[in-house]
Amino acid sequence: MLRSQNNTSIFYNVDWITVLTYLVLILMGWLNIYAAVYNEEHYIITDITQKYGKQLIWIGTSLLLALIILIIDENFYTAFAYFIFGAFLLANIAVPFLGREVKGSSSWFRFGDFGIQPAEFMKFAANLALAKFLSNQNIKIADYKSTIVSLLIIGIPAIIIMKMQNETGLAIVFVAFIFMLYREGLSVNYLLLGFLAIILFILALMINNLYLFIIIAALCAIALLFIKRNAKNLFIIAAIGIVACTMVRGTTYVYDHMEDHQKTRIDVLLGRGTVNLKDEGYNVNQAKIAIGSGGFLGKGYLQGTQTKYNFVPEQDTDFIFCTVGEEWGFLGSTFVIILELFLIIRLIFMAERQRSPFSRIYGYGVASVFFFHLTVNIGMTIGLAPVIGIPLPFFSYGGSSLWSFTILLFIFIKLDSKRLQILR
Amino acid sequence: MNQLSDRKYIIIGVFILVGLIYISRLFYIQVIDDTYKLDARNQAFRYTTEFPIRGYIYDRNNKLLVYNEAAYDLMVLPKNVKNIDTMDFCGLLGITKEQFLKKMKKAVQAPNSPRKESIFEKQLSPKDYASLQEVLYRFPGFFVQSRTLRKYPKKIAAHMLGYIGEADKRTTEKDSYYKEGDYLGISGIEKSYEKVLRGKKGMHIIMKDVNNRDMGSYMNGLYDTIAISGKPLTTTLDADLQEYAEQLMQNKIGSVVAIDPSTGEILAIVTSPTYDPNLFVGRARNKNFVELSHDSIGKPLFNRSTMASYPPGSTFKLVMALIGLNEGVLTADTRYPCARGYPPLGGRPKCHPHGSPMDLEGAIGTSCNSYFSYVFKSVIEDKTYNSTYKAYANWRDIATSFCLGTKTGSDLANELRGNVPSIGYYDKIFGKGSWKASTVISLGIGQNELGITPLQNANLVAIIANKGWYYTPHIVKAIDGNPNDTILDRFKVKHYTKIKDTAIYNIVIAGMAKAVEGGTAASLKIEGIPYCAKTGTAQNSGKDHSVFVCFAPKDNPKIAIGILIENAGFGSTYAGPIARLMMEKYLKGEITRPDLEKRMLEADLIHKTKNAEVTKQH
Repeated sequence: MLRSQNNTSIFYNVDWITVLTYLVLILMGWLNIYAAVYNEEHYIITDITQKYGKQLIWIGTSLLLALIILIIDENFYTAFAYFIFGAFLLANIAVPFLGREVKGSSSWFRFGDFGIQPAEFMKFAANLALAKFLSNQNIKIADYKSTIVSLLIIGIPAIIIMKMQNETGLAIVFVAFIFMLYREGLSVNYLLLGFLAIILFILALMINNLYLFIIIAALCAIALLFIKRNAKNLFIIAAIGIVACTMVRGTTYVYDHMEDHQKTRIDVLLGRGTVNLKDEGYNVNQAKIAIGSGGFLGKGYLQGTQTKYNFVPEQDTDFIFCTVGEEWGFLGSTFVIILELFLIIRLIFMAERQRSPFSRIYGYGVASVFFFHLTVNIGMTIGLAPVIGIPLPFFSYGGSSLWSFTILLFIFIKLDSKRLQILR
Repeated sequence: MNQLSDRKYIIIGVFILVGLIYISRLFYIQVIDDTYKLDARNQAFRYTTEFPIRGYIYDRNNKLLVYNEAAYDLMVLPKNVKNIDTMDFCGLLGITKEQFLKKMKKAVQAPNSPRKESIFEKQLSPKDYASLQEVLYRFPGFFVQSRTLRKYPKKIAAHMLGYIGEADKRTTEKDSYYKEGDYLGISGIEKSYEKVLRGKKGMHIIMKDVNNRDMGSYMNGLYDTIAISGKPLTTTLDADLQEYAEQLMQNKIGSVVAIDPSTGEILAIVTSPTYDPNLFVGRARNKNFVELSHDSIGKPLFNRSTMASYPPGSTFKLVMALIGLNEGVLTADTRYPCARGYPPLGGRPKCHPHGSPMDLEGAIGTSCNSYFSYVFKSVIEDKTYNSTYKAYANWRDIATSFCLGTKTGSDLANELRGNVPSIGYYDKIFGKGSWKASTVISLGIGQNELGITPLQNANLVAIIANKGWYYTPHIVKAIDGNPNDTILDRFKVKHYTKIKDTAIYNIVIAGMAKAVEGGTAASLKIEGIPYCAKTGTAQNSGKDHSVFVCFAPKDNPKIAIGILIENAGFGSTYAGPIARLMMEKYLKGEITRPDLEKRMLEADLIHKTKNAEVTKQH
């Protein structure tokens, strides 16, 4: 499979802006992990008994992975897309049985001190499979059969990860692909339906359901006054009304079947009932205190007190943004958001310049996943999203996630570097 | 396809919109909203106040009067108290669970609050502190703050030194330097030199982790301030003389003030009964305070030397003589009759039996009431003034220039003004224009509405000893070893009375010398030291007060004493001997009259008032 182009290095046509952005982000991430769990007794940043030392190993191996990906022939990814998807699906099914359970989580393969979480790699595998499926000449996403297959490629891994491994956060990430599907022609109605579902979910938890039903009925009635009253429109509006009411009822059902900690996370976000800041509201409140206390310019590198002294839980992984906010202030956190968004939007422009639909679809998948992580991760630290345990791309401590983001990104960089050669 | 690729704008639009919403949200919580910053400080910082060492106080010979001892207050910040083993904690402190709950309740309720640190247990012993400190990390919300307590090795001069106490709400509102519970001077020179003695508090910011463990100082102490120690005071007090005077004044109610006339320095200032200043320190303080304040006879908390106003009595006759001589209505040879009283008013004010008529020297020696009533009348009805009131105003003017009826301006806290009645004062009582010399004749013998503090009394003697001038009496000689501190500048200004002719003083001084040589104080001579004195009584609703003023030696006086003992009768019985012993002690360093000393030390006028009748001799 390895091949070398005539007189061309493996770095030929590589998008260096993206690579550079990637390098800056992982470097900043590493420095922030050092600050977040800074330990005076182990002040050397490369001390591998500490998380910052370990992260350096993850960064090194990620760069190695990136190199390998650039070396591998781009056709490998198209040819083996389904195979890779199937292999990782099997790994994910196997992990609850083969892996060792650690801290109630059964999503890890353990190798001594280090662990691998196959669920993280399911993202790029599913992305490859989706790209492969949707780039088929005969497939049109508008066709509902195709839609169902797409949703299965997304849904099966998500359900396996959620139900078998009990990793809700990692499963929810698969929702991200909806942006990619939309770009590829998914009806706007699905998006609107999803949007409606979220709004109704929130409303159903905030307002008495009976009132909500009345409001929906009233809105339907008003809609009827303004459009042509024929059988078709009447049917559509009635359908929307019924769907909406079902969603409202469904909310209660979903909420009741949630686990307690998930319920409280939603309650905290929506400010339902009394939130005890020492108990269920602790994480988010501490995250806000850390970020809020950073002020405009921040407290300075290694000068944070809220994260360094463990007021913020998970300060090196899911809540790493707190360190950014506390030590680098508004300027630093804005810079991080802009840099992450810059990378994501750059990926979209790169995707758009592909001649091959496979590359384009894959590129959109990468951008969608990054964006979803960014939105949920930062959103939860500033109280705009529920607490869902997913990492901030390139910042959060962790080998599996960094490898996963690196693989996602560099497969696309590789595909992009070959954009002029062939039409896949 | 083309249409679909336009969807990228919507996608990018959504991404940027989310980015903008997040950035706005960050701007709100990081820049606009301050609550998170406060919360962060409250939970990650502990502000510890470093209390400076309060300045020591020494006597004029560098003998230590006041020093400090370390004490430790256990503080609590109720908000941070969580998950502590109450039983364990109570065991460490030796308190019951009920007491613990009561103290916690107090810490939470107004004026305290859960977010405010307050004292949980005051003044732990160093031993309790040592054992507590090691395990304190297990009790988040509790910490120890070190304080200093005052200690008094000599147990003297309680009133002059004063005491320190905790700042209350009124103080903290007036001066933001203080926080409730801080110590500050409440009375005495602890109060008047508070700013010098207190130094400057330091503030340390200590970082804490989530388990309340100390994580070192914030930014390596960049924002910390160091406590600056209070400055030591060197007082003018002679500790030996003070101690001796206090012993002599035991079981007597009254006051002695001794001043070095050449400098205005107060050598001794005794209020009796007094108390051990150590009683006002430590945990027993409140109990002792209540006990002392319940003594309604001795009133040991009442600082008589500067706060009690007595009629000056016979000693005021010296001022009358000076004014009479100054105004030219009296000469050393002027003689006035006495008929057991002042004849023009039918024998009032009364007088005791003695030869008559007498000249000025004789009148001073015998303290004749009639004589000085005549002098007063001649001053007030002096024709050169055309009007009695103008003459009275002049008389009052001269009298007040001797620092009577006005504060001396000393550095002793809480001084009383005393009273030399003004024209307005009598107008109010008798009606405008309807009083004259005979109405207020007893002013001439130091009675009527005249009021004078023992400090003013001693200062008056110093003025006579100096022949017309004085330095403001003061108790502090040097601040931080520096006698030229600007705070002390005002004690280096010579004040002159309205009577400047030293010849006038010489006449009065001669009279005072006579009193010692062969007059009322003849029994109180000091071998080798000729001195001047005036005995007296001050009439009072009860038994007369025993008064004695003196200065020694006669030439270049080194010490002037004013002494008053309540309800002790004639001046030479108690007041005179005590003053004499003090002069000898100060000037000679030894006592040649152990018999007199023994009698004075043993005299108990408080507990045997009733059977210790002393016959009035004049």
